[in-house]
Amino acid sequence: MAPALIDKSFHDFFVKRDREACTNCKACIKQCSYGVHFWDEEAKRVRHDSVKCVGCRRCEAYCPEQALLIQEKPSQFRPNHLWRPVFIKNIYKQAATGGVLLAGMGSPVDIPIYFDRLLLDASQVTNPSIDPLREPMELRTYLGEKPDRLEFVRTPEGLSVKTPLAPQLPLDVPIMFAAMSFGAINFNLHEAMAMAAEETGTMYNTGEGGLHASLYKYGKNTIVQVASGRFGVHKDYLKAGAGIEIKIGQGAKPGIGGHLPGEKINEQVSETRMIPLGSDAISPAPHHDIYSIEDLHQLIYALKEASEYKVPVSVKIAAVHNVAAIASGVVRAGADIVTVDGMRGGTGAAPAMIRDNVGIPIELALAAIDQRLRDEGIRHQASIVAAGGIRCSADAVKAIALGADAVAIGTAALLAVGCTLCGRCYTGKCPWGIATNAPELAKRQNPKTAAKKLVNLIHAWSHEIQEMLGGMGLNSIESLRGNRDKLRAVGLSSMEMEILGVKHAGR
Amino acid sequence: MKAPQRYFDFEKDISGCGVFGVIDRKRNLIPGSMPISAMCSMHDRGNGLGGGFAAYGIYPHHADKYAFHIMADDQASLDAAETILKDHFNVHAAQPIPTRKVMAIKNPPIVWRYFVTTTGKRRPRWKELSEEDYVVAVVMFINKHTGAFVFSSGKNMGAFKGVGFPEDIADFFRLDEYSAYIWTGHNRFPTNTPGWWGGAHPFTILDWSIVHNGEISSYGINMRYLCEHDYECTLMTDTEVVAYLLDLLIRKHGLTKREASWVFAPPFWDEIDRMPEEQKRAFTALRMTYGSALLNGPFAILVADSNSLMGLNDRIKLRPLVAAEAGDMTFMSSEESSIRVVCPQLDKVFAPKAGEPFIVEVEA
Repeated sequence: MAPALIDKSFHDFFVKRDREACTNCKACIKQCSYGVHFWDEEAKRVRHDSVKCVGCRRCEAYCPEQALLIQEKPSQFRPNHLWRPVFIKNIYKQAATGGVLLAGMGSPVDIPIYFDRLLLDASQVTNPSIDPLREPMELRTYLGEKPDRLEFVRTPEGLSVKTPLAPQLPLDVPIMFAAMSFGAINFNLHEAMAMAAEETGTMYNTGEGGLHASLYKYGKNTIVQVASGRFGVHKDYLKAGAGIEIKIGQGAKPGIGGHLPGEKINEQVSETRMIPLGSDAISPAPHHDIYSIEDLHQLIYALKEASEYKVPVSVKIAAVHNVAAIASGVVRAGADIVTVDGMRGGTGAAPAMIRDNVGIPIELALAAIDQRLRDEGIRHQASIVAAGGIRCSADAVKAIALGADAVAIGTAALLAVGCTLCGRCYTGKCPWGIATNAPELAKRQNPKTAAKKLVNLIHAWSHEIQEMLGGMGLNSIESLRGNRDKLRAVGLSSMEMEILGVKHAGR
Repeated sequence: MKAPQRYFDFEKDISGCGVFGVIDRKRNLIPGSMPISAMCSMHDRGNGLGGGFAAYGIYPHHADKYAFHIMADDQASLDAAETILKDHFNVHAAQPIPTRKVMAIKNPPIVWRYFVTTTGKRRPRWKELSEEDYVVAVVMFINKHTGAFVFSSGKNMGAFKGVGFPEDIADFFRLDEYSAYIWTGHNRFPTNTPGWWGGAHPFTILDWSIVHNGEISSYGINMRYLCEHDYECTLMTDTEVVAYLLDLLIRKHGLTKREASWVFAPPFWDEIDRMPEEQKRAFTALRMTYGSALLNGPFAILVADSNSLMGLNDRIKLRPLVAAEAGDMTFMSSEESSIRVVCPQLDKVFAPKAGEPFIVEVEA
């Protein structure tokens, strides 16, 4: 449907073309999947329609003459603190369409980012810092249930362990790729994540769209997800990965399900998800077999039975108000890993109202969960994975110091392969070839090139984590985990510091 | 245990130090003059803000009783502690710890000792606890709820410590009049201490005593891990966590001293990966399970109980620790000079490897 006039008048972006530099090569026309640029036969030159621009900056990046500039449209409504432009434009859109406002990627709203208010420690004089270039600096992490204590048998050959051990996910680095389903992102990126996870010794997560047959060989580095739509879930799938994750909630859209439009269901997606070609894939808001915690308990054990107790089961929950109590219940229900996804976590599509108003920041949720599990004496029964808004290695370090065993990155991984956070993933037209299954767009992502970028990112962050650890006088990641003494707050209230369990800087 | 209110707000002390220990494997008694002169030679490792000693075998006439050493700033606090003792134990003897006036020691606290036994099943609380857990519970209770502080609670052993150089503390407590088959000593160089007598080393719980040179960078998580296991860290020092961890790992979880030291200073993963399958599994399990008890950061610690002395360094030996043998005696110290000064003729001198405990047991 053509946009209504009033919506058209107040579009977000503004394409600026340097007519002197432009050679009319038409590269922009080819790159733009939204039809912004077009060839004007009469004028014999490339022209553009700024109304259609989503601000992805693909054309700008691919213009061989650097003749393009994408800007926020500088014209403004009359300044108003209450009625900021986003609210005005949303009303125009909804008045025109009568629809729910859709949004993609994580919430851009201005809620406190606690990572920016937490500072790390470094050793001086009384305690030498450790140089990771010269000394071992260990990042290896095991996710899963740990025993409360160990019993050993002392044999002449050495120590032997008597206590039965639960299955674990071994990670060379405490950073995983977050769940992003096949369908929401395309096959090339799934393959890239699988290859990168294998090379860096970590895990990627299938998301709720099943696992394509050709990726089973990466099973050792795969977490297979079971969500409310149960897409692509079968016996072999459950046994294909190193771990299983039950997705209860997602940070970007707590309380609601998912909707992958039929246009994105091509042949590959259809056979992997086990749904008809071109049909909408709708994940219900709740699992229809989980209406209470005891039902979750049953599903966890059903999956453990199906996978013969060989892999740990994770339960992914969204960070909401009672998240600590929910996490405690999840652990008591038998989860080996709790993945908690904060409200800034990404999504392929979510109603904007939900994304921007429901849930709580990951830092507070994580701190509350870690403390609650310790207070209840069950912290060892499950590992905690934090996700939703991890932007850099320092965020990862802070999350681990707050109590996470590992973090998962989704948005950061997509940025690594070219995403510019334009937030229109739900259109299926991603010009960067990420959130699209259209073959001519998807082929913009070469799995090997994308994998290399992901590997580079993990390596870079690992080096930085090692530097920060060494600076704090630590040489092993487990001494950072839950070590909130390494954090200090700047500019936070007593209540915030109490929830985070950190002192103020200067103390 | 639920974490106490504002648990994260505890101030942790930072200090450098000198440590010395000696054990006679045949339980021959060593006069107090030896550890005192050894500590004297390491005078410069401290700054006069903390010194202390632990001695084993000093109360042979009360060997079957828990010897509580209690310090208090005022009589009311001591009375409160004494009331708790009387409620929870049979008190067999109560006396001031003999001291002498020393120029260098200003405003010492009141120091008393009590020899007590448990009352069997007649307990006002903690009826379900084992005897040793019960004693620990009473110690923690006094430390938390009275102004008094229990600084020693083992059998036939005692800790003596305070604010001052070790030689002054020894003079104050008249340690030259005691003889013991194990001695440990400590000289402290704190950089932010409030100058509290309870904060000096050794730290003790039951028979365990610890002297420690170092800073535990993993304190933040060690302390939270201990809290999960009902140990509340109240002493504003990271050494306390070592004492409680030993108690947890060895007494409650049944690990040997060797295994506990693997928890404190585990092999690196690349070493573990090269082990035979069975050991690899065991050490992987050990690191996974007890990761929060790993002691990270520079340390050299001496740990004594009634039967042994153990020296341990961190995994990359960031603090000095040297050991020596002469006849039935084994020495461990921050400096070889401190050993030479009390025993010039040594059979053997060596530096224990990073992360490898050196354990000496008395002969049965």
